[in-house]
Amino acid sequence: MIAVLALAVGVVLGVLLDPTVPAALQPYLPIAVVAALDAVFGGVRARLDGIFDDKQFVISFISNVLVAALIVYLGDQLGVGGQLSTGVVVVLGVRIFGNVAAIRRRLFKA
Amino acid sequence: MTDDHKPSGTGWPEPDAEPETERLGLEPEPAPEPEHDPEGETRRLSVPRGPEPDPEPEPESPAGDAAAVPDEERAESARPAAAKRRLSSAGVVIVVLLALLGFTLVVQVKSNSADSGLASARQEDLVRILSDLEAREERLRDEIADLEESQRQLTSGAEGRQAALDEATRRADELGVLAGTLAARGPGLTVRFQEGSERLKASAILDAVQELRGAGAEAMQIAGGDGTAVRVVASTWFLDSGGGIQVDGRKLSAPYTISVIGEPRTMETALQIPGGVVESVQNDNGTVIVQEQEVVDVSALRAPTSLQHARPTS
Repeated sequence: MIAVLALAVGVVLGVLLDPTVPAALQPYLPIAVVAALDAVFGGVRARLDGIFDDKQFVISFISNVLVAALIVYLGDQLGVGGQLSTGVVVVLGVRIFGNVAAIRRRLFKA
Repeated sequence: MTDDHKPSGTGWPEPDAEPETERLGLEPEPAPEPEHDPEGETRRLSVPRGPEPDPEPEPESPAGDAAAVPDEERAESARPAAAKRRLSSAGVVIVVLLALLGFTLVVQVKSNSADSGLASARQEDLVRILSDLEAREERLRDEIADLEESQRQLTSGAEGRQAALDEATRRADELGVLAGTLAARGPGLTVRFQEGSERLKASAILDAVQELRGAGAEAMQIAGGDGTAVRVVASTWFLDSGGGIQVDGRKLSAPYTISVIGEPRTMETALQIPGGVVESVQNDNGTVIVQEQEVVDVSALRAPTSLQHARPTS
């Protein structure tokens, strides 16, 4: 509940403050968001399984974001930033789909 | 926090430690991160919740001591409060992280929809767009240069035409003054001839006119005693007739007044040289009154003559 509330507060803040993304963060922010989404879906699944753990969620959230950003940064340095970020998005997308499938099975038994 | 809440809620009747130990056995993120799980377990063992449950029993147990009977009720009312207090540091971090996630999500979406899609365009497309724009810019520059050139030409043409028109107008005015078709005004003299005992001859007036012309007179008219004025131009002729003279076919009678525009002093000197106009008129007992005027109006006009034979050669 509070988590959903926090998400909503963040959304509202983002809408109200309407900040611009600094150019330095431009390539990393989308990947970081996708990675964070992956962590969130993992957390939801874990909660539905009854095995949710704050600490692990926090760690996985932060490490997901950092690793995703790091991979994109490395890719940029190596000149394959676009491809690497695509790869990261694909991997994270697969994981998100897996988690969502698990959540769906648990919620709808199907 | 709520995440925290529910699983523990299912295990409420049991002491806090038990569900946790149960949970320890389970793996938080099943398939994708198996390597993390051992770490997760060790971490969970050292979770800050360890210390947290301690304060919980404390308020409960004194409460239980004070009033033994409503213990269960109190415990139940205390449990949600205790659960709230279990806002562990990790829970706070989760809240912050989720708020941050929502924030960045919205920011990213907005910034993405803000730029016109160029940021997400492929490099080849960007290069093509850029070269297109450059070609277009080149074309537009050429067009600007052409238009500026034609504007310059038109302006100079208009200026030239205007200048030519002004010049022609000025020249026509000058010629009109000389030909007597335009009235003129300027500094000059009025020369008044009064007859004495003898009649003034036309030749005397002609002499005066020639003298004035020689002294740079630019426009002249001669008026008779009755005020009739005749413009004096190159083809003007003078003839003795009856009691007066004829000028260009019009009869004038004494006294005659010549209004002349030109350099006043030069003309006056020319009239008064020894043996000149003034002296010869005076010899005939006439009088000549020369008056310098700041403004002389030569307003008598002469009908323009159209040339029959002569044609300009240029």
